[in-house]
Amino acid sequence: MQTQCEFIVNGALLVADLSGAVYWPDRDMLIVADLHFEKGSAFATRGVVLPPYDTAATLQRLAAVFEIYRPKHFVSLGDAFHDDDWPTRMAADDRDKLARLTGAAQTLWVTGNHDPTPPAGLPGKAAGAFHLKGDGALVMRHEPLARSNGFEAGELAGHLHPCARLRQRGRNLRRRCFVHDGARAILPAFGALTGSLNVRDAAFDGLFEDSYQTIMLGRERLASVDADRLLPDRF
Amino acid sequence: MPRHAKTPAPSPDLLPQFDGWFSARGWQPRAHQIAFWQAARAGHDALLIAPTGGGKTLAGFMPSLEDLVTNGGRGKLHTLYMSPLKALAVDIQRNLMQPVEELGLDMRIETRSGDTPQNRKTRQKQNPPDILLTTPEQLALMLSWPEAADYFAALDTIIIDELHALAPNKRGDLLALGLARLATLAPKAKRLGLSATVADKDALRRFLTPQSDGDETAKLIEGTAGAPPSLSILDTKERLPWGSHTARHAMGDVLAAIKNADTSLVFVNTRSQAEMVFRELWALNEGGLEIALHHGSLAPERRRKVEAAMAAGQLRAVVCTSTLDLGIDWGAVDLVIHVGAPKGASRLAQRIGRANHRFDEASAALLVPSNRFEVLECKAARESVAAGEQDGAMMRTGGLDVLAQHIFGTACHAPFDPLALYQEVCRAAPYHDLPRPVFDRVVDFVATGGYALQTYDRYARLRQEKDGRYRLAHPRLATRYRMNVGTIVEAPMLKVRLTRPQKGKRPIRGGRVLGEMEEYFLTALAPGDTFVFAGETLRLEAVRDTEALVSRASHADPKVPTYQGGKFPISTHLAERVRAMLSTPETWDDLPPQVAQWLKMQQAFSALPDKDVLLVESFARGARYYMTAYPFEGRLAHQTLGMLLTRRLERMGGRPMGFVANDYGLAVWGLRDIGLMVEQEKLTLAALFAEDMLGDDLEAWLDESSLMKRTFRDCAMISGLIEKNLPGHEKTGRQVLFSADLIFDVLRSHEPDHILLQAARADAATGLLDIGRLGQMLARIQGKLLLKRLDHISPLAVPLLMEMGKEPVRGAADDELLGEAASTRHDDLVREATQGISGFGHADAV
Repeated sequence: MQTQCEFIVNGALLVADLSGAVYWPDRDMLIVADLHFEKGSAFATRGVVLPPYDTAATLQRLAAVFEIYRPKHFVSLGDAFHDDDWPTRMAADDRDKLARLTGAAQTLWVTGNHDPTPPAGLPGKAAGAFHLKGDGALVMRHEPLARSNGFEAGELAGHLHPCARLRQRGRNLRRRCFVHDGARAILPAFGALTGSLNVRDAAFDGLFEDSYQTIMLGRERLASVDADRLLPDRF
Repeated sequence: MPRHAKTPAPSPDLLPQFDGWFSARGWQPRAHQIAFWQAARAGHDALLIAPTGGGKTLAGFMPSLEDLVTNGGRGKLHTLYMSPLKALAVDIQRNLMQPVEELGLDMRIETRSGDTPQNRKTRQKQNPPDILLTTPEQLALMLSWPEAADYFAALDTIIIDELHALAPNKRGDLLALGLARLATLAPKAKRLGLSATVADKDALRRFLTPQSDGDETAKLIEGTAGAPPSLSILDTKERLPWGSHTARHAMGDVLAAIKNADTSLVFVNTRSQAEMVFRELWALNEGGLEIALHHGSLAPERRRKVEAAMAAGQLRAVVCTSTLDLGIDWGAVDLVIHVGAPKGASRLAQRIGRANHRFDEASAALLVPSNRFEVLECKAARESVAAGEQDGAMMRTGGLDVLAQHIFGTACHAPFDPLALYQEVCRAAPYHDLPRPVFDRVVDFVATGGYALQTYDRYARLRQEKDGRYRLAHPRLATRYRMNVGTIVEAPMLKVRLTRPQKGKRPIRGGRVLGEMEEYFLTALAPGDTFVFAGETLRLEAVRDTEALVSRASHADPKVPTYQGGKFPISTHLAERVRAMLSTPETWDDLPPQVAQWLKMQQAFSALPDKDVLLVESFARGARYYMTAYPFEGRLAHQTLGMLLTRRLERMGGRPMGFVANDYGLAVWGLRDIGLMVEQEKLTLAALFAEDMLGDDLEAWLDESSLMKRTFRDCAMISGLIEKNLPGHEKTGRQVLFSADLIFDVLRSHEPDHILLQAARADAATGLLDIGRLGQMLARIQGKLLLKRLDHISPLAVPLLMEMGKEPVRGAADDELLGEAASTRHDDLVREATQGISGFGHADAV
């Protein structure tokens, strides 16, 4: 089964992983978006008692990708934490595990709208954006910038939690996905309880060339699907 | 009411004014009504079981009317009447108001449902009517009021209509818990149940009365059976299809039958059939007979209009679904036409009961089979009705999700003592055997989510006080509860709003609302697609928020709605009768020649299904191999069997690709010839159909199935884990569905024994999968499998294979479909682009 799929952004060869992470071979770097740690407990504070296992589940998946790539560098593209109050709620075990993972690589935390404050007490550097060079130049950012508004080629972003929907043999398939058009890419949300937004939604307007592609995440395989095959949830 | 008792005589059993009212109409109370009133006057809980037309409803209200006349109103709620349908409550108000107004009785009778305007609800709360007509959901909501104890304090009588329809499902659970609450708040109120004839009367009698030992029963009063109905089956001159469900061939005959009767009800099984039949009838209706359409997706105003026109005698026929199933009294109907197979004798008897509400006269009904199999089923139904058979189990174990909702609602009313509430809950029959530890787990679930990892104690929704009572942590939680109360979780629906055809980029303006349709159906269409809804051909213009905007289309050939509302599996009684007919060729002389010929072909070419031997056929068709089996256990059980068989075949190397099921059997197709594999002893049918498939295979499959996810989503909503409505932001159904799936995945891998997963598994096993029926069948056929290897498809398999295309390819793995959708262009391009990049081969080598 195809668990990896290559694509190129601004000259950089990237590998989309079935887990929803991106690996950048040239820099030996693992990149994930929207981990949303402690989302369940954030809801619980408001009386919606979602299962408290999302942080552990997300960490487990993250540890599994670390195990595959053993990267020298690690980047979180923002919204790693569902809110800034996470330290008061995260279990000690989970926190230790997160510190171990992010300590095993050189970690860059891109700050996001859910977690504008750099994560205190965890290894790594934090900033609103990082400019990195390798076989191509990439910009790590949380919210993708519109092409008409400050966009820099090579942007890797998260924030939108993209998913794609298509019909195949009468069956509706709606899956998390990567979106890319050669100049930029948006990663799917990595967190266990993070919902997703159809790539045909208006929120994606003005971001991609018309001929963008998605890489959809199946259970055991990835599939790159052309933009013209995709359906909106609503029209 | 017994409208046609011929000899009016004074009745000592009624107050003079009621007696006079009866006599003026030439009516006279029947023995069962008198017995029922006597039981009610003595303050007993009582169940009246009588066939439709037996005058149940007025019998139920009479004790309350008498008491209100004799003792006057108390300025508080005197009688609470509950029925399963909103429409029924409206209809009853009409029928009840007639005697009340004609007698000039001074009492307030009002209805309350989800559709009742907020200002009237507020008024009802501050200034209760004497008699309130409502639904179990509204009762649950009223019980959550802090003022509930006072509101119900003077309650004298609780009437539950159509109890047979309410009791055996989750709404029944909610009702039972509501009744248990009322037993505490209004211990003197008597419960009067009204029911059609049922198989298990004692189950309903226990449901109706508070349980302490588990064998308390309400008094039973039974009416005598009415005249047997006159049931005929349409024998068409047209060619009868092998496997269609449209009955298009019979529409000329149906229209003729409508013409010959005064007023007809045309029942169909699904809403899409209703639309189709309505359209076809009007296409032929040159005489312009007044024919209307009624189904649950239409806007309430449209339904009301049809109901009013029907009551006023302005219509010749109404094409309708189960929304008109229950005891609504249409008076003048003299013919019931049933298009398609009736699926169960009780349902058929109920529907026939709509015709000729005259107790002593035979109701007239015409069954219209839409294919050859349904001819057999209609014959079986006729025999079954004549034999007075009843379908359906009445006993059920109360759902834990409903219990969670009830516990939350109780906390919204006032702090509760867990022991007292546990004892109260156990007085409801469906929860009588609930173990205390399970109850405590549900309380814990309501309070903190009930997770083994107890991290949410500080965010608890219920807090335990020093005296042990549980109190709501914050009053805003009560608001949220009231927005989400209820047990009917419907498929996400979109309003269908009429607009003008879209031209250019001008914004679309909305017009009137035609009704609601399932979101999944509408989102599968593209703008410009046409479909039939509300009896019109419509063109989809756009979907905006929670509305589908449509315009009138002139297309002659629309894409007909395919939604499945109201598909019931065939009952065991009918299935047995159909199978018996098949296996006794001596009886085929009674069948229409087309049908007899079809069965003779099957007999000559393959074999006939038999009660004790399971017929399995295998044949090739196109590039695929098919295996068919005919267990006659109903669609749900066959779908479950199909899932399990494809899993097994996969393991045994049979390379299955998909399956399809109907009420009689199922067909599995794939890349290997199963018949040949059996002959070559590569697999055995005994192993394939072994009983143990209901063990691990079932569990493993179930947890991965989308059906389980849907079931879990419903449980999560009913139990209040996730909410349909949050103040301020209305979630669309899709968003709810999606996050429920994620919750399911997380919970399944981290706490597979969580109480909500248990609730969902129990639901899936009892309801959607028909595991019980499947298990009995597997036990029966062990060692009795007959394989027929055929050169081509058998006559019996044709209806099955015609279902193909109509249902999703369930067996096919999603990943395979994703793979099909993947563009090779992209992979090739990357491969070209990455050629020669050092140290980095192609994707799979990373």
